[in-house]
Amino acid sequence: MEGLKESEANLVVYLHPSMAKCVNDAILRELSSLLFTYSETFDGVVLAYDPNVRSNLAKILPGIHPYLGVRLKAKLLLFSPKPNMLLEGEVVKISRQSIHAVILGFSSAVIADEDIRDEFKYKVKHGKEVFVSRHHKKHKIKVGTMIRFLVKSFDEEILHISGSLVAVHTGCARWLDANLEEWSQADSTTRKRKGRDEKEQKTPDDKMMANREMPSLKKDDRIKKLKKKRKEHT
Amino acid sequence: MGIELAPQQTVLHDMDELSFTDSELDYHVRNALKAAVQGDCDSYNQLVAVIHHKERLVPEEVALLMTCLKALTGAVSCMHIVHHRSLLAAIFGMSLWNYGTDVMDALVELLISLAASSGQYVDLCLEMLVTNFMPPSSSSTYFIELLKQPRGIDKKHQVLDRVHSTFQDIANLVPLSPLRLEKIVRDRMPNIYTKEPFIVMYVENMLTLESGAAGKLVGGSMLVAIMDRLIDLDVEIAWDDILQDDFSKGIFDMELEDLEGFSDHVQQDGDELTRESLMQRFFGGNLVAEKLDSLLVLTFEHLESCSGSGRLIQVFETLLQSFQKTVLTAYKSKFAQFVMFYACSLDPENCGKMFVSTLVNIFVSGVSPAWRMSAVAYLASYLSRAKFVAPSFVAATLESLVNWCFDYCNKQDGDINPRAHKIFYSGCQAIMYVLCFRMRSIISVPRLRSQLLLMRIEDILRHPLKPLEVCLPSIVEEFLRLAKRNRIFSVPDTFVDYGMLESELSRAFGGIERLDTFFPFDPYLLRKSDRFIRPNFVYWSMVRNSYYEDDEDESASDEDIAEAGISIADDISVDEGDAHLDEFDYALDKMSITPRDSSTKFGGRIQGFVQMPSKIRPSTSPESL
Repeated sequence: MEGLKESEANLVVYLHPSMAKCVNDAILRELSSLLFTYSETFDGVVLAYDPNVRSNLAKILPGIHPYLGVRLKAKLLLFSPKPNMLLEGEVVKISRQSIHAVILGFSSAVIADEDIRDEFKYKVKHGKEVFVSRHHKKHKIKVGTMIRFLVKSFDEEILHISGSLVAVHTGCARWLDANLEEWSQADSTTRKRKGRDEKEQKTPDDKMMANREMPSLKKDDRIKKLKKKRKEHT
Repeated sequence: MGIELAPQQTVLHDMDELSFTDSELDYHVRNALKAAVQGDCDSYNQLVAVIHHKERLVPEEVALLMTCLKALTGAVSCMHIVHHRSLLAAIFGMSLWNYGTDVMDALVELLISLAASSGQYVDLCLEMLVTNFMPPSSSSTYFIELLKQPRGIDKKHQVLDRVHSTFQDIANLVPLSPLRLEKIVRDRMPNIYTKEPFIVMYVENMLTLESGAAGKLVGGSMLVAIMDRLIDLDVEIAWDDILQDDFSKGIFDMELEDLEGFSDHVQQDGDELTRESLMQRFFGGNLVAEKLDSLLVLTFEHLESCSGSGRLIQVFETLLQSFQKTVLTAYKSKFAQFVMFYACSLDPENCGKMFVSTLVNIFVSGVSPAWRMSAVAYLASYLSRAKFVAPSFVAATLESLVNWCFDYCNKQDGDINPRAHKIFYSGCQAIMYVLCFRMRSIISVPRLRSQLLLMRIEDILRHPLKPLEVCLPSIVEEFLRLAKRNRIFSVPDTFVDYGMLESELSRAFGGIERLDTFFPFDPYLLRKSDRFIRPNFVYWSMVRNSYYEDDEDESASDEDIAEAGISIADDISVDEGDAHLDEFDYALDKMSITPRDSSTKFGGRIQGFVQMPSKIRPSTSPESL
């Protein structure tokens, strides 16, 4: 799954003087206030941290409260989904108009029906809602399935992802892994270009852009690019 | 029923028999939304009008509203927060209280769908649901009346059940929503001036959240916010509301429980005063007290249910932290601390011991002197008034207090100095206060009696720092009397300030906050919540009667003592029976000092007030007694 990265950060944690006795606890508490919030400096959501305080010395800030500035190096696990990244998550709700999933247990994702490719048909079987592929009967998406999807956008404040199941390599993760040949073949037969196999990674993006609606006004320039590429294809 | 969707005609006015499928309706609504983005707002405005319509809906209008809501639920991906501002405002302005269950269900489905579709709607949906904790303020009087009837209670359950299950549904789809919810609930908490039914309902919802599925995430801050509100209400109740200066005989001659309806030893000396009327006098019409009373009832009931489901210890830990931050530091909190008292009564072994050890820690190694004195006052009052605390535990805690005081005075050379050693004096006063209440129960167990005798109490009391002169005279006097009666300590008989509640020196060590007369767990005065506290509370009369009834019969029957709830070991009664002369002298003295009949007055130095200070009161000069 993309979107996760580990980074090393040089941090300075400022502690109130009353914490001077229990510096380690105070540092952990400060770091834990970063969890599950998007941070611009790190460009991601902090999921885990591993601090390493190098020295015993801390600088004292002058002021009314002499805060202690403790320098440390921390290893951080960051989650920063960018558009067109491939993510996996567990489906929690299916409706005719949308699929809702939860990524890594904390981030919510929604895939609206215009972003679900026509291959998938909405059905209600035995009282349960499910999306079934028209081409491969075994390829099903229902509550509890791990799906793989592409990121359209990411709301940093509430950590909400808007996703897309338009590309061929998206769908139920387990089925995709088990049936590699079936869907990758289907991919090449629909394309009429040569040398597509090596560029498999890129083509889903192009195809997706061609099919995707552009609701946001910011993406005007992308629309122009899109039209150019369409002309190239045909 | 159906809706005619001819493009030229308005949706509202024509109700022909044509029926449309869900998908057609979806399509129509989506088109209306998309058209509004382009600028063509006709169908869109009709939609908004349907949503706004809420007064006295006939069945067709209800059906129309429901179908619109359902169609919108499917079309949330087309909604735009700026272009569809008025529609969103209309939706979020709806109140579940105004509609039937069908519309409620459709509305919450829409809210869930909105919240899950995009991060920007999550806060708005949660805020709308939190606003629905209470009936809409525009028709508050109607709802306040409605809620007194059974159908109003039904309505309340219908709304609140849906609100809380919607929180759960949203949390399933948006896992971080409880964190946002916590902040929203705290920010929107009504202030203390809100009408009582509303603030009570809001707190009820907060407690439901605490015990609900999201309890682990939001419960702690709910409890802290509630405790803060209780303290806010508590400090609004002025001391004047509690104490009435027109009681010429000094209200401290009797505790409220001495009056009708409590014990067999009540003196019915013609006073028409009942407990009810005294309560009425103190708090009748005091809205703040009534609000506090209702909220405390809710809190106590909640603690009871936590205890039942085995969660009391975690809840108590949160309460204890909140106590240290707000209750302990509040200036003489009057009733909010009884939350701790009640919680301890539900689980004396764990919660009670945690409470005591925290207080001892603050006293022994705390930083701020005022908080240390406050902590020891809480400790003394708790150990004395809590019926459920075992004598052995009291003895053990006393020992740690005594040891601290002993170590302290061993390091001191100087003479009496109330201000400099105020922490020490408060510790001594605490020891004496606890012994006044608990001496009997401690010495009745031989092991504890010897433990008590081994404690260095006499050394402390005889030290040049002279705690006997500095501590509150009424307490010192009672303590000395009991010590002499039970032949526990050998302490000086003569005491200068007989009959005084307080003295110059005690005022000096108590400081400006009068921490010398601070007895936090004094008898509870709020009417509705009293039933929770009363069964676990030790009233002074219960204890006093056990001490003084011995004098009445030479044979020292156990009956009287048992009535007061304290058992006596045989050897003590034998001792008392032997010392006839002392008894006789003492009985004479006793009559003049602790008049059973509160109307008896003796002139001169005996003011008729020498009972244990049983009320929280601010500083008054002795003349006013």
